[in-house]
Amino acid sequence: MSSIWTVVAVVGVGTMAIKGAGPLFLGGRPLPVGLTSVVDLLAPALLGALVVVQTFGDGQALVLDERVIGVAVAAIALWRKAPLLVVVVAAAAATALARAVL
Amino acid sequence: MAPLTVAIVGFGFSFGVLARSAGFGWPAAVLMSATTFAGSAQFAAASILGDGGTIAAAIGAALLLNARYGPIGVTVAPWLTGSALSRFVHAQLTVDESWAIAAEGDGRYDPKKIVGAGLLLYVCWVGGTAIGAISGERLGDPQALGLDAAFPALFLGLLVPIAKGRRRVQAALLGAAIALVLTPIAPPGVPIIAAGAACLLGIRR
Repeated sequence: MSSIWTVVAVVGVGTMAIKGAGPLFLGGRPLPVGLTSVVDLLAPALLGALVVVQTFGDGQALVLDERVIGVAVAAIALWRKAPLLVVVVAAAAATALARAVL
Repeated sequence: MAPLTVAIVGFGFSFGVLARSAGFGWPAAVLMSATTFAGSAQFAAASILGDGGTIAAAIGAALLLNARYGPIGVTVAPWLTGSALSRFVHAQLTVDESWAIAAEGDGRYDPKKIVGAGLLLYVCWVGGTAIGAISGERLGDPQALGLDAAFPALFLGLLVPIAKGRRRVQAALLGAAIALVLTPIAPPGVPIIAAGAACLLGIRR
């Protein structure tokens, strides 16, 4: 429980600092172009990692289970331009169904 | 704005439910939405803790995901005026969506829209989280509901709209590959942070 509160507090304060730093200190000066193009790739890199770890990871093992079906359904829903909430619910429902049936 | 507010309430609701399944109490889930106010980082921290990752791994991954708000804050900085405190507070309302709504092209931003859209999204996000976190407990067994598949589906849904351009697609694929290789050998959460190294692709011209 206390580890959750620690994460909530540090991430909250850290994010506020990141968001506020530009308007507070920088004024109108832009970041160096090189730094911006590196930061720009952080989110895709981390989200790519989160997708595969949350799909195949089970502790330190890599497994194939019913989550793959849910993520496949999510990919199809995204391809059909479904809203994010629909994508998430469809993935959970597909995995729940697979668990109940298989 | 209307479809967007519904989407943000739903998105907040799913964070509330998934945070509960990752072991958060409802006050922790609501406080996180109220202070961090950034979906992908919150989901990342909750999923890493839910997988048994360390505090440091959860914090590191969440803050790296929010690093994009550094440059985003810089782009809106010239348009936020007033005292240092007011600039700092207004900057908190800058999220991906309010930033996009406030953009007027040519690098100009409408401060009224940053604040107006930001406040509306904030209320939707925190409110949705509260509903999800409080009602989520009654939903039942997270595994039977397939909630463990909702996490990767959500990350995929966040990735697809930003994976525009060859460089970002390469970063996403390299990040995924780094995480897969490290998962069997590194503690939970660490492969996610290590995947951030894929951003160094940005150094190459």
